[in-house]
Amino acid sequence: MQRPSGGRPPGLVWIPAAFVAAAMLLPLGYLILRSFEDGWSGVLEVLLDGSTLAVLLRSISLAVIVTGASIAVAVPLAWLTARTDLPGRRTWAVLAALPLVVPSYVGGLVLISALGPRGMLQGVLAPLGVERLPEIYGLPGAALALTLFSYPYVFLTARAALRGMDPALEETARSLGSGAWKTFFRVTLPQMRPAVVAGALLVALYTLSDFGVVSLLQYDSFAREIYTQYRSAFDRTPAAILGLMLVALTAAILYTESRTRGRARYHRSGVGTARRGAQVNLGRWKWPALVFCGAVVSLALVLPIGILLFWLARGLVEGEPLRLVWGAALNSVYVSAAAAALAALAALPIAVLAVRFPGRVSGLLERLTYLGYALPGIVLALALVFFGSNYVPAIYGTLGILLFAYVVHFLPQAVGATRSALLQVQPSVEEAARGLGKGPTKVLATVTAPLTRSGIIAGGALVFLTTMKELPATLLLGPIGFDTLATSVWTATSEAFFARAAAPAILLILLSAVPMYLLVIREKKQ
Amino acid sequence: MRQTAKLPKSATRRLLPVIFLLTALIASAAACGQAPPQGEKSGDQSSSGETTGGGETTQAEKLKPGEGSLVVYSGRSEELVGPIFEQYEEESGMDVQVRYGDTAELAATILEEGENSPVDLFFAQDPGALGALSDADVFEKLPEKLLDRVPGKFRSPDGLWVGTSGRARVVAYNSDELQAKDLPDSILDFTDPKWEGRIGWAPTNGSFQAFVTALRNIEGEDTAREWLEGIESNNPFVYPDNSSALEGVASGEVDVAFVNHYYLLRAREEQGDDLPAENYYLKNGDPGALVLVSGAGVLKTADNPKAAEDFLRYALSDEAQQYFTETDFEYPLTRGVQPGKNLEPLSEIESPDVDLSNLDDLEGTLDLLRETGAL
Repeated sequence: MQRPSGGRPPGLVWIPAAFVAAAMLLPLGYLILRSFEDGWSGVLEVLLDGSTLAVLLRSISLAVIVTGASIAVAVPLAWLTARTDLPGRRTWAVLAALPLVVPSYVGGLVLISALGPRGMLQGVLAPLGVERLPEIYGLPGAALALTLFSYPYVFLTARAALRGMDPALEETARSLGSGAWKTFFRVTLPQMRPAVVAGALLVALYTLSDFGVVSLLQYDSFAREIYTQYRSAFDRTPAAILGLMLVALTAAILYTESRTRGRARYHRSGVGTARRGAQVNLGRWKWPALVFCGAVVSLALVLPIGILLFWLARGLVEGEPLRLVWGAALNSVYVSAAAAALAALAALPIAVLAVRFPGRVSGLLERLTYLGYALPGIVLALALVFFGSNYVPAIYGTLGILLFAYVVHFLPQAVGATRSALLQVQPSVEEAARGLGKGPTKVLATVTAPLTRSGIIAGGALVFLTTMKELPATLLLGPIGFDTLATSVWTATSEAFFARAAAPAILLILLSAVPMYLLVIREKKQ
Repeated sequence: MRQTAKLPKSATRRLLPVIFLLTALIASAAACGQAPPQGEKSGDQSSSGETTGGGETTQAEKLKPGEGSLVVYSGRSEELVGPIFEQYEEESGMDVQVRYGDTAELAATILEEGENSPVDLFFAQDPGALGALSDADVFEKLPEKLLDRVPGKFRSPDGLWVGTSGRARVVAYNSDELQAKDLPDSILDFTDPKWEGRIGWAPTNGSFQAFVTALRNIEGEDTAREWLEGIESNNPFVYPDNSSALEGVASGEVDVAFVNHYYLLRAREEQGDDLPAENYYLKNGDPGALVLVSGAGVLKTADNPKAAEDFLRYALSDEAQQYFTETDFEYPLTRGVQPGKNLEPLSEIESPDVDLSNLDDLEGTLDLLRETGAL
């Protein structure tokens, strides 16, 4: 059992944590306010409408399928690149993580263009007598697109866990006569569980919040239905009620997740230097493994980039100017880096509370951070439009409120990564520092934070990536005239100028790939 | 733990994230510093704002609303109207600040902002949003002189908004497979079984839904329902938007698609003139030949209503109308401006007689689309 390192958390931890939690409650407050504007009758009317139940069921099925598929794709990929002699495993690790940088509204468009009933793939297969491919609109297409572009959440966390795991456990199992497969399922997989669950949680909640894919592939989940409400009725109440239902669904998912967490210990317990586990020799399994990695990377990375390049080339041939929007690129990088740093900072106290001072309150605080993440960007943006313009006009329409929105939206990514890293740090190290006379604040700054550095950076990198792609909040809350790469892509695609969208989209993917690349490379050299 | 006992190389590695974090923090501090637009906090924080370099400082200056600046929320894409704003800025010396976004989302934003809205002018893609904001009592009545620039059916009957450019619903057809004479006069005839598997549509598209609303208004609820059911039973190809429906026509995926007139013209611009597709205008005031408009209204809470009206005057000038038709392939709405090349004159389109501000029952249309399985 893991014991808290001593009684009450220091003020340095709980005061900022309380502030962060209060910020997280803003969107919830807004939704409650709007939902009950017309009293209970309006709420009941939406709740009891048969189509609302259908939306709920559709959202749940999509989240379940995408999460399951992501785990099925990501865990083998993580194991292959972290623990085996797979040829080119470092390159595969980078490539397998990169699809996360593809914005869903680009990925969805590309999939339709490639795999649509009469898309490019059908064009290739036409000589073979394939007249049209099966429909990808609806659940299959939406699930495929979301899986392809969000499985890296699980891949990254699972891989980090495999690398941070104490090999002694597996070695002990093997020495006690357990076979390779048995050891994997009985020892390795359970040890990876918190990491896989943390990644899966991000996938599930992202799936609920994403608007790009479900709108392009026409799947009526919460995100799409909420938008339809804004558009058809210009009535914010039904949209808010749906948003509130989404919050309830998120709470249910978080509760389920908390039941799986348990109280197991994931850090090293023994003495001696930490080391890396032994490499598994794949032998002739090398070939199917390579095919698997190749297939995933082709679909999730090569295909979107290839089609973007095709659009770009087609536009250039027709005389479209090449639009290299460096100003927008600079804005994107600048604001994303700032959001990443702020989120990493805000996540630290929450993660420390959750891991070192486990309890009802700290658990609740940690889960609160997920609220903003599961809400579609438009709901969050309108909530902050409401609070910003009416209560803090001084920062409304500035980068300040935009950064605030990003942190509220993406914080759990940083919390999750920091938390996983903290779990692998022995409390005894902190206790030793305390024993040597350092105060709790000093311990946090000089022992805990440096030891969880890799997790903090990984979390920051995730926030960076998602901020690069973020659209609704950037459009509604950014300073007027603040162009980013995401808004440039949107501007062009909203009027179907695909050639014009291609250049900023490629730039967006390339620039987001840099931190992702550094992240995987860095960890590898340790 | 394990890094500490490593080679000196690790020292730089350890510094890297620290440097990154510091840079990012400085960046975010600067971001917040340059933030206040009303100049409330600018005194003590302006120094950090200046350190971030030229680009950001000008942005902060641009944020200042008030005299000599016009704040616009535009649901029309920057690709379409950006140059109009630039041109106006140049001619008037006015500083124009435009927030681009989705029409419905911006309308919701204006409603959320309420009294504190910084917006002077709302420029919408479709009359539905303008009607909704009119109902919410957001718009100020426009001067008659301005309204009179466009025909009565392209503006609000209460004078709260005015249309700025038009688009026609058409049947785009694959010109390798079909000729204009193969096509019926009325959109109602596409329920004929001979069109089975040959029709493309985009039921989620706003203009399509406006057409269905018009169909309900003109032909009645029952005919609209029968038409939707009839098309459904012809197994239409469902596209996410008009442009991919047009792509479907050009690639031969379908023979015809119900879209707006300009998608073909834009696709030709990007992909060349030999695209095997043409536009067909339905006849005899058929609802399928509906002409829709984009338009704008001035907010009651505007800081600078004069500038907003002045911009509208510019948007309805011959110069701007010419731009809409020649560059965006839209229809000019004011008298005396000729539609661009490849455009059927507006007067020759046998469009139905409907009140555009009456197309606001989108909810009823969505219900009907859902009931008939189109959505």
